[in-house]
Amino acid sequence: MKTFYWLVKREFWEHRGGFLWTPVIVGGLSLLLTLMSLVTGEVLGRRNNLFRFDGGDSIGLNGHLDASMLDNVGGVLDCVLFGVIALMLGIMAIVVFFYCLGSLYNDRRDRSILFWKSLPMSDGQTVLAKVASATLVAPVIACSVGVITGLLMMVMVACVASIHGLNLWQLLLHVHPLQVIASVIALIPLYVIWALPTAGWLMLCSAWSRSMPFLWALLLPPASLLIVWWFGLLGLFKVGAGWFWGNVVVRLLMSLVPGGWLRDVPALGNGLHANTPDALLDFLGVAQNYATLVSPDLWIGAIAGVAMIAAATWLRRWRDDS
Amino acid sequence: MSPVITATGLSKRYKNSVALDNVSFQIPAGRIVGLIGPNGAGKTTALKAILGLTDFSGQLNVLGLDPRKQRDKLMEQVCFIADVAVLPRWLRVSEAVDFVANVHPRFDRAKCEAFLARTKLTPGMRVRQMSKGMIVQLHLALVMAIDARLLILDEPTLGLDILYRKQFYQNLLEDYFDENKTIIVTTHQVEEVEHILTDLMFIRDGKIVLDADMDAIGERFIEVMVNGDRAEAARAMKPLDERQVFGKSIFLFDGVERSTLEAMGEVRRPSVSDLFVATMKGTYA
Repeated sequence: MKTFYWLVKREFWEHRGGFLWTPVIVGGLSLLLTLMSLVTGEVLGRRNNLFRFDGGDSIGLNGHLDASMLDNVGGVLDCVLFGVIALMLGIMAIVVFFYCLGSLYNDRRDRSILFWKSLPMSDGQTVLAKVASATLVAPVIACSVGVITGLLMMVMVACVASIHGLNLWQLLLHVHPLQVIASVIALIPLYVIWALPTAGWLMLCSAWSRSMPFLWALLLPPASLLIVWWFGLLGLFKVGAGWFWGNVVVRLLMSLVPGGWLRDVPALGNGLHANTPDALLDFLGVAQNYATLVSPDLWIGAIAGVAMIAAATWLRRWRDDS
Repeated sequence: MSPVITATGLSKRYKNSVALDNVSFQIPAGRIVGLIGPNGAGKTTALKAILGLTDFSGQLNVLGLDPRKQRDKLMEQVCFIADVAVLPRWLRVSEAVDFVANVHPRFDRAKCEAFLARTKLTPGMRVRQMSKGMIVQLHLALVMAIDARLLILDEPTLGLDILYRKQFYQNLLEDYFDENKTIIVTTHQVEEVEHILTDLMFIRDGKIVLDADMDAIGERFIEVMVNGDRAEAARAMKPLDERQVFGKSIFLFDGVERSTLEAMGEVRRPSVSDLFVATMKGTYA
């Protein structure tokens, strides 16, 4: 267990730039952009005399807002938080994609694998530490940075709103940052299961290829799609190219994107037509997401992912080219 | 004491070449063995087999373990330095020490820090900022702090200047080696390891062509410097090798009585590199 912890730590040391600094920089930039647009709004608003400062306000935030409107304001702020976390996770997906591709290849290329292999740890532990870094450590860091950024952003927006007379304490009853944070944390285990096929596929390519794992990982699935399509033309396969695309190619390459499982939740279509922010958040809620657990797609993908990780471990042990 | 390594009928075939051809040997504890051979002779393959980094056929027992099946356990007792440039470039000195200290049960952190204190390395330094010589100093500090029973060095001083090379072997001898440890070293810079070796193994085309300790080699191989007029007589005795220096001929004999040779001219112990050149004649032809 101690060795495993240090193996994960090693991954973090090596990829501090991608895992930590990338989300931090993106978070800083989005806060800066938010500040700039709020200041622009204020300055333009004053210049064009949209606000009156004689106690009343032409936008009239206070006194005119009833509870349901406050609910909507709170819901919008919740969506801000959720959106920032989603942005962080999206960027993380790109970082982790390239991390997985390099994870079992880079140290073979620069031969430093010989140093790691001179230490008493098993290849299974090494590979598992890399899987954990990709599917667990990276999302947790991205979510944490996203939560901090999102909360700061909420505070900024709320402060500006309070300048215009909105009662902060009253608003506080209508935002649910803790609920958003809790549901994001609750979704991480689902993400791990969902991401396994892509992580496994990329790491398998990384452990297997002698050069350019990127090309192999990206070209093989579409190439096999072409073959399936061709067999389909000849009428040899029952499965269509469309099915193959959605269930094999996309799952192998795109499953690191969080929320990909939602395509299997039929109710989501309604969610997109939700007319209040709260309703939208409900559809992104934990129960909706975990409904995916009943779909065989998720589990078949996970089993395939585990099998590919096992194959990558075997290659890591026996591939002899350094 | 049981041998550290016992190999019986070790073979390894690559697609179109034989790297090891039914090799058998034993290495007892407390020895420093030089594994010397031309490029492509199978040295690295032999070391990889011992380290469990490659598959092979035949029997191999390292410290009582099978390197193919019990590699993780074996690596607690075995260390290796593969080449000077294999430390990952992003690694910091402090991270390297922390990591090894926490994953290796036989690592002595204080010892490692004492070694590092003798160098110019600082904890925050990254491998990519170091010269080749400094990288090898770091690697050696890590390895010497591990109380392993077998140390394997594959071309450890390749590309280093002479100061670092001398220091490398000196550190090994003074601060690391003792009767419980065994070192196997491969190198092309034979002159530099010659005086520290206790045993010599020559490998050629996947076969061990010479396996003896240094004392036996001194008795078996004799070099004699003969005047021109007696060269024919010497040639008749089938020397391993002949070369000309200052109008005299130097012959290298294998297993000829010392007194016979003393009568012919000045005798001396051949250097390992001369012995190597004589043994490997025609390798690349």
